[in-house]
Amino acid sequence: MREPKVNIEAPGHLISVTVNGSTRQHVVDDRLTLADFLRERLRLTGTHLGCEHGVCGACTVIVDGASVRSCLMLAVQVDGCDVETVEGLSGEGELNPLQQAFKKNYALQCGFCTPGFLMTLTAALREGPIKDEAEARDVLSGNICRCTGYTGLVQAVLDASKETQA
Amino acid sequence: MSEVAAKSMIGAGIERREDDRLLTGHGRYLDDLELPGALSAAFLRSTYAHANVLSIDADAARELPGVVAVFTGEDLAEIQKPLAPKVMHPQLIDYPRLPMPPKAVHYVGEPIAIVVAESRYVAEDALELIEVDYEELPAVGSTAAALRPGGPMAHEGAETNVAVKLSQKAGDADKAIRAAPHTLTGEFFVTRGGGHSMETRAVAARFDLTTEQLIVWDTTQSPHYARQQLSVIYGMAEDDIRIIAPPDVGGGFGPKAQFYGEEVVIPWVAKLLERPVKWVEDRSENFVSAMMERSQTHRIEVAFDDDGRLIAVRDFVEHDQGAYCAGLQVPSITTSTVPGPYHVPNIYVELLACYTNMVPTSSVRGAGRPQAVFAMERMIDRIAEYLDLDPALVRERNLIQADEFPYEVGITFRDGSPLTYDSGDFPALLSGTLERLEYARTRAWQAEQRERGRMIGIGLAVYVEGCGLGPYEGAKIRLTNKGRILVTLAAAGQGQGYETVYAQIASDALGLNMDHIYVTTGDTSKIPFGQGTFASRITATAGPAVFQAAQQMRERLLDTASILLGCHPAEISFIGDRACRDGDVEKSKTLLELAQVANVGKHGITLPKGVQAGLETSSYFAPARAAYASGAHAAVVEVDPDTGGITVLRYIIGHDCGTVINPRLVDGQVIGGFAHGIGNAMYEEAAYDSDAQPQAASYLDYSLVSATEVPSVELFHIQTPSPLNPLGVKGAGEGGTIPAPAAIANAIEDALRPLGARINRAPVTPARIVDAIQDAAVVDQPA
Amino acid sequence: MKPGKFVYHAPRELDEALAMLHEYGDEAKVLAGGQSLMPMLNFRLAQIDHLIDINRIEAELTEINWAADTVAIPALVRQRHVERSAQVAERLPILTEALGQVAHPQIRNRGTICGSLAHADPAAELPSVMSVLDATFTVASARGTRTIPVADFFQFHLTTAMEPDELLLRVRINLPGPGTLSVFREFATRRGDFALAGVAAQCQLDTAGMVTACRIAAAGVSSTPQRLEQVEDMLIGQRLADDVLRDAESLARDAVDPTGDIHASAAYRKRLTGVLLRRALADVRTQREVSHA
Repeated sequence: MREPKVNIEAPGHLISVTVNGSTRQHVVDDRLTLADFLRERLRLTGTHLGCEHGVCGACTVIVDGASVRSCLMLAVQVDGCDVETVEGLSGEGELNPLQQAFKKNYALQCGFCTPGFLMTLTAALREGPIKDEAEARDVLSGNICRCTGYTGLVQAVLDASKETQA
Repeated sequence: MSEVAAKSMIGAGIERREDDRLLTGHGRYLDDLELPGALSAAFLRSTYAHANVLSIDADAARELPGVVAVFTGEDLAEIQKPLAPKVMHPQLIDYPRLPMPPKAVHYVGEPIAIVVAESRYVAEDALELIEVDYEELPAVGSTAAALRPGGPMAHEGAETNVAVKLSQKAGDADKAIRAAPHTLTGEFFVTRGGGHSMETRAVAARFDLTTEQLIVWDTTQSPHYARQQLSVIYGMAEDDIRIIAPPDVGGGFGPKAQFYGEEVVIPWVAKLLERPVKWVEDRSENFVSAMMERSQTHRIEVAFDDDGRLIAVRDFVEHDQGAYCAGLQVPSITTSTVPGPYHVPNIYVELLACYTNMVPTSSVRGAGRPQAVFAMERMIDRIAEYLDLDPALVRERNLIQADEFPYEVGITFRDGSPLTYDSGDFPALLSGTLERLEYARTRAWQAEQRERGRMIGIGLAVYVEGCGLGPYEGAKIRLTNKGRILVTLAAAGQGQGYETVYAQIASDALGLNMDHIYVTTGDTSKIPFGQGTFASRITATAGPAVFQAAQQMRERLLDTASILLGCHPAEISFIGDRACRDGDVEKSKTLLELAQVANVGKHGITLPKGVQAGLETSSYFAPARAAYASGAHAAVVEVDPDTGGITVLRYIIGHDCGTVINPRLVDGQVIGGFAHGIGNAMYEEAAYDSDAQPQAASYLDYSLVSATEVPSVELFHIQTPSPLNPLGVKGAGEGGTIPAPAAIANAIEDALRPLGARINRAPVTPARIVDAIQDAAVVDQPA
Repeated sequence: MKPGKFVYHAPRELDEALAMLHEYGDEAKVLAGGQSLMPMLNFRLAQIDHLIDINRIEAELTEINWAADTVAIPALVRQRHVERSAQVAERLPILTEALGQVAHPQIRNRGTICGSLAHADPAAELPSVMSVLDATFTVASARGTRTIPVADFFQFHLTTAMEPDELLLRVRINLPGPGTLSVFREFATRRGDFALAGVAAQCQLDTAGMVTACRIAAAGVSSTPQRLEQVEDMLIGQRLADDVLRDAESLARDAVDPTGDIHASAAYRKRLTGVLLRRALADVRTQREVSHA
């Protein structure tokens, strides 16, 4: 058994972070993960925790333009960063083209993994079009879905790619 | 939205109502619920597979700032009552599975203490400060070890590790095998795998001091089952416990249909502390505490004539029950799934359910069927090889024909009824699959490629799946005071699209546009009785219940409207939300107006003559017996004999789940199930070592399939409606999974046929393929 | 799966980071990309008192430094950055090729080259690639900097020659000369998984197709990346004919002594190493044929 040598009353760190366009200031504990910060402190619960070791991809968010696992970053690390989560994808009421492609192609069932897929694909589609099924599967391969068997996801990626690059 | 004609919604591939909230991050999963003041819980779990717990010292943990309480099993002695097996047997040797056993542990991961703290971070800190003094005991890490004479016992003092022996018998297999012209034997092993819903298990609870009601949020597939268990264990009235499966649950796949110690401990602790308490299982806990399935060894013998016609099947099965018996549903399903879609005049299946020191097993998508299909379908291929016949032909010759239904197999299903296939067309499934595969042409291509050194294989598997099990499922329908139709199901969904599908069914029965109908699920306070989502049963049980309750509601609405409009009910029809006389909207009453009259009423004023108060109906549908879905799978694979790498070139699924309510959602169920089957066939293995220590407790070691591992599927349906329910529906959630390991293994063995390598184990991994090729080469060398 | 308690430090200066490492020694860990460290912290497999996040260091550690015949990759260069660099693809194609097989983009967006090397997982791609690129490792501490050749850097599973107070500042690679051909081949169960085995090979061929120099390393079959010197010696002076490839395969198979685990037997990994080498060399041959076509 390991005795923590660290004082529990650690004062924490003041961070300033832009989340989905609005700047937020919070005092965070040293070890608070980015995922828990988003979920517990900002109550943006669309970001889900599926494995907390970086494999399932459910917690994927975009930090300074790059898709990352929010379970593998600390909240204190995003001080000064621009963070995008699933809650920021669509404006009032309207699904964006990627979200619409998911719905149209039945790319989700339980929906738990869905926000992670959406954020992965949002970042990937900004880098350029996704041309064929093989490329779509490759882009999807860093996220796990246990429900759909991926068929709808592949089609959604291809549809969204056509839509967003058009 | 334009008016959709009645009778069009069943069979319509409409978009899902659930999707908008899930796509925008507004789903409400258990960990997302606002529970002000909630404490976080974490469980201390056994690190030993089998040990006596001599003492637990939690003093240091209790003193850690931020910790509110620590309880050991002894501290909560009042709730240490056995969690009963779901399916029993008179001869079962049962060891009590306690919520948090105080004295001994029987698998790695068994909960032995709980910390309740201000945050999960602190709770986990406290777990590290708890000192447990264990007396380690020898552990059982496989069914082979469980059955080894003189080997260790999974439970101290036991005389045998056999929990129960189950057998099924039709005809006289022993005699038939002795007399048969040909027999073959095979031994097949299917390993452990898990459900791995992306959302883990979770429970939260709050004790309401004013009403003395315990409110429990639980990711369970079976809220009413959970309530019943808690009611018995706590000695509380069922109405004093309200179980709510949250509106969104992140996948179930079987493990969430079981009942666990954590579900007993969390509400009780919330009651003791008079504070809301939440426990969200993390993935490392999930790996060692959520129930698993699959591990079975089949020693199967088949007898057949010169044409490959089956004369008898005899199968001896070892089933890994895990450390405790959570129920005998899986092994009993296995025993009745072996004969499958074939005429088998003589059957003997004997199953030994064995205790081991691993996580208890129960249903995981497929539930005992993939193993049986694996054994049987592998043997069909071996018969074809032995007789030098085409494996498709051997199957065709043995299939039960479309005019033979209802077909009595001669043995008993898990629901207690004689195994009687209700409907189906197995030859059409197989021939449809072969046609899409262009079977003859593909076989020719395979031979041609083989000449060029490519190892291509074709694998087939056909199966029958008992589904739609009883006893019953219920639905309530109410016209709300706001004039909308509310459909309430006892069943809880985990992503199947209940809010969409049951509105479709109700829409047809009511003759009302879906826009006026909404669905709620999984809350024991809203409907008194229910069973739960498991065994691909809900469409076939809750579906008819909704249909019938909606038909009753239609009658009630027409009666009420006809009285108010002064006509006969037959003259009323719906246009939008208006009940119209002779199709005239000028002579109509809206649903809101009907609700105002019959539900809201006028305080103290007599109802209009003839109007019945309270527009609410309910129906509980109890099927006479299980229904049987069926399907045929075909795989074309290429094997790289150097690396063992497997490429699935094509995969075809023919599926029959009777009437299809929403084809898009059914396709999603089948293909999703198929991905799970691909995992079982080639990737997933919850490995344990011989001391029953888990070896694959992260996603680095346990391989879940991603989009690059799951091939695309060509899927077709035939629909042979079940005569057992008014909708003609059967189950669809598991059929994609069940035959996939068999089809893939058949294809791989077919690819390797020139080398004579044998595939006897699922998952079939690259390393096992190369090892099998090496073994075959050794066997082939002259002495 | 929440990390245990630690004190987070985000030094702005390299010296400050090194002073902290000096002070805390093995009670501290360096956080660069965190893609290996954070899972270990979440599982509580690693427990530390101090986490020194070097991402805020203002010194230039995020850009690849090109010189005439060397390239240096400093501590904060992300894997994804290297993978997408056109210059890397041209001058060090083996690195581009290997990086495409490291986990998934979301991991490579954070993960650094140096972090992966300092983590020293023998089944990872980058250590074996550095082995054939004959990289040198510049490590810094409050006591000064020193360079460690690749042959000495990887000591054991998850263990390098660095002292607890040292930080991997950069890895320096001598750029291969014109005509150098290279291949990275691995076989993994799933896309993005750690390899069951992998082979990195770099060869120089003369105008007649004769191997004049080569370096070969295997991944995932030893506690460090394993140079296959017997194979290298055999190949020198040979053309990459089929029989030579088969000899190389069997030499490689015999040269490694992997362990078996739940994913693959030791025998399988031995065979696989040979097969991957044969295929890597065949790729080299094809590359040469294409370049001479």
